[in-house]
Amino acid sequence: MAQDSCNNTINNNFDDLHKPLNLQQAIAESGRCLYCYDAPCIQACPTSIDIPTFIHQIRSENTIGAANTILTQNIMGGTCARVCPTEVLCEEACVLNTSIDQPIEIGLLQRHAVDHLMKNSKQHPFERAKNTGKSVAVVGAGPAGLACAHRASMLGHDVTVYEAKEKSGGLNEYGLAAYKMVDDFAQNETDFIMDLGGIKVIHNQRLGDNLNLENLQNNYDAIFIGVGLSSTWSLDLDNEDTEGVLDAVDFIESIRQTKDKSQVEVGNDVIVIGAGNTAIDAAVQAKRLGAENVTLVYRRGEEQMSATSWEVNLARTNGVSIKLWSAPKCIIADEHVAQMEFVKTKTKEGKLVETNFTYTLEADMVLKAIGQKLELDDLNGIDVERGKIVVDENYQSSIEGVFAGGDAIDCGEDLTVQAVEDGKQAAHAINSFLGGDS
Amino acid sequence: MDIRSKPSLKCNVAGIESINPFWLASAPPTDKYINVVRAFEAGWGGVVWKTLGEDPAVVNVSSRYGVHKNRGNIVGINNIELISDRPLQTNLDEIIRVRKEWPDRVIIGSMMAVIEERAWKELAVKIAETGVQGIELNLGCPHGMCERGMGSAIGQVPEMVEKVTRWVKEVVDIPVFTKLTPNITNILWSAEAAQKGGCDAVALINTVNSITSVDLDLMAPTPTVGDQGTHGGYCGAAVKPIALNMVAEITRNHDTKDLNISAIGGIETWKDAAEFIALGAVGLQVCTAAMLYGFRIVDDMIAGLTGWMEEKGYQTIEDFRGKAVGNTVDWNNLDMNFDTKALIDQDSCIECGRCHIACEDTSHQAITFDVADNGKRIFTVIDDECVGCNLCQIVCPVPECIDMVPVDNGLEYMNWTNNPLNPMNN
Repeated sequence: MAQDSCNNTINNNFDDLHKPLNLQQAIAESGRCLYCYDAPCIQACPTSIDIPTFIHQIRSENTIGAANTILTQNIMGGTCARVCPTEVLCEEACVLNTSIDQPIEIGLLQRHAVDHLMKNSKQHPFERAKNTGKSVAVVGAGPAGLACAHRASMLGHDVTVYEAKEKSGGLNEYGLAAYKMVDDFAQNETDFIMDLGGIKVIHNQRLGDNLNLENLQNNYDAIFIGVGLSSTWSLDLDNEDTEGVLDAVDFIESIRQTKDKSQVEVGNDVIVIGAGNTAIDAAVQAKRLGAENVTLVYRRGEEQMSATSWEVNLARTNGVSIKLWSAPKCIIADEHVAQMEFVKTKTKEGKLVETNFTYTLEADMVLKAIGQKLELDDLNGIDVERGKIVVDENYQSSIEGVFAGGDAIDCGEDLTVQAVEDGKQAAHAINSFLGGDS
Repeated sequence: MDIRSKPSLKCNVAGIESINPFWLASAPPTDKYINVVRAFEAGWGGVVWKTLGEDPAVVNVSSRYGVHKNRGNIVGINNIELISDRPLQTNLDEIIRVRKEWPDRVIIGSMMAVIEERAWKELAVKIAETGVQGIELNLGCPHGMCERGMGSAIGQVPEMVEKVTRWVKEVVDIPVFTKLTPNITNILWSAEAAQKGGCDAVALINTVNSITSVDLDLMAPTPTVGDQGTHGGYCGAAVKPIALNMVAEITRNHDTKDLNISAIGGIETWKDAAEFIALGAVGLQVCTAAMLYGFRIVDDMIAGLTGWMEEKGYQTIEDFRGKAVGNTVDWNNLDMNFDTKALIDQDSCIECGRCHIACEDTSHQAITFDVADNGKRIFTVIDDECVGCNLCQIVCPVPECIDMVPVDNGLEYMNWTNNPLNPMNN
């Protein structure tokens, strides 16, 4: 019994981080929206969702209409409502975000509308245009790939998606913190997107492995590459392959793919190296799995952390201790990792330098979250610069007819919402390339 | 040292002394002993007992109230309830009991009958014998009773208003209030008729005929009774502007300006109360606000009105009663050369753009929209285009961000009556 209740506690730790609004709360919150003209929140949204209109529609009890307004611009409005760093996007731009008021809870309202549609509407909200007879191959069934596939299919093209993993969804399925994507939302959303029709997904197909770009070029009229960043940077330290030293993305994936979270292995003294949202997701989830001490270590200061301040606070309120200005020096291990040594850093003439001071932390688990990178070997022939696929203003790569988007290209922040926008815009570019109206 | 005493809310309505001007109107809140006692315990100065008719008592239907909401807030409700559905003697006995237990409070007996002299006179005498301080004639109910020749069926015909008022005045020696319906073309015709009939006061407005909403599933107006509905009497905050105007019509009309007015219509706060008094009302009646929040709302009506009077230096209600009447004029008397312009305070502007789009789409294209180099959205009034309509100020969500500033254009006062464009001046 005691064990059961402990397991329940762990699973409860992975409940919805932000509880959804009920109808009464949604109506009340929508009533606060000023319905701004040419609203700043629209401009702050990478997918340009007409936020004042959809909130007005919630207020008028046209919730399905509100969802349609959102999904017209962003077919993954459901995921974005859950994971967007709204505090640095729409909600930061909200005119009520002043010292005497609070911004509208745009993310929660968006979730309210999209969830309502996905739950209650029997019919997919969009229709396909007349079939063009053209075919498009999409590589990667993550946010960029699925957004591209959905829009390309809407425009009348037949789409085949090739996905390296067993399931569709990309980071939505494998990479986001579990408490942001409860109740198998990524798969539900994928199913919802597929309901449009005209899209076929083939899983376990990896570029450079059992999938070949040249073959795709021969068999399809256009190609979209949305493979994301599938490999990770290493610390370049000895003992990095010791048991207990993991990539944070693999740790997060194992949490996402395990239904009973109490079955996920976690250390007692966990060190997370990195300062992005992945590092925060890993640290907070490690804590919620029951780790006694979780320490997030970053070689620079808090201002340089790429995680939003909201995420950093989430880590702190979950009991994660954050150590700044510390660079990994060595991994002390026997068969299993035991300790890590860090050297204190500082900036000197604008450059990060190490000091003489070092310290050691106990560790039975080390999670590396120092960034992901593009798998270059798979992209024979495509121009790559600074680790990203080079595309022109129409999302076309150096090879004619091969387009790209999402984290694989250098287009602002590596955010789900940006990937969706890339996929959508690339689909329009592909449509023009194939002779359609853009 | 300030030796002034606290302002007094005591008032005299048509000869009836009341500890304060706040009475509950004839309606469900004044239906029976328990409600009225609770109201007096809460501090209300008086009640107009729910309208009594001759036996047999009417039968009310279920459901009874419909609601009109905006952004979740109630702007008004309507009702399809009839007069008291309890036996006449039950009501009379309870009135006697409350009068005895609460001697310093006012009870007015409201009544309604068919258009027969005998009916009005007999019922009026029975009610007067309970010791009520006055009688109110319900000539306004716009649903149900009017279909039986009562309520607004009488109130809409000035001759009948006069006749009924006279009948009752002939048999009772206490003040008679004639309650007027707003569902007419000109309130003065009814007020003057009541005056001719000898009333001591007019009470207005009764409810406004209305359908608050249509249930789009049932395809029936609300409130629904089974799968049907009917029109009902609209009341609450939404009808206050209609009531204010009708009160002012009477107080600024030469023949009726001295009529005692017991004002009714959307009074929810002390401010509403002060506005009606400023337009000349001697007493006030409240219903909807009490139905929505309970009798306790009278606390703030009393405290708020007292506090405001103290701040303004008014010792009694008479000190400010009717003070806005003189400034309420016909359009013809407004200064056509007065000029005011909107001024936007850039520091408190939160850049929502509501003023711009309201003016651009629906008014005079007098507010420009520019984006500064730093991204700040700047809205600026073009004085030459601004007609001073107030719309931008009305839609602005920030208090005092948009000010309407009178400008000195050097022109003398001129209204339509002395304007050369007026054909009457040629």
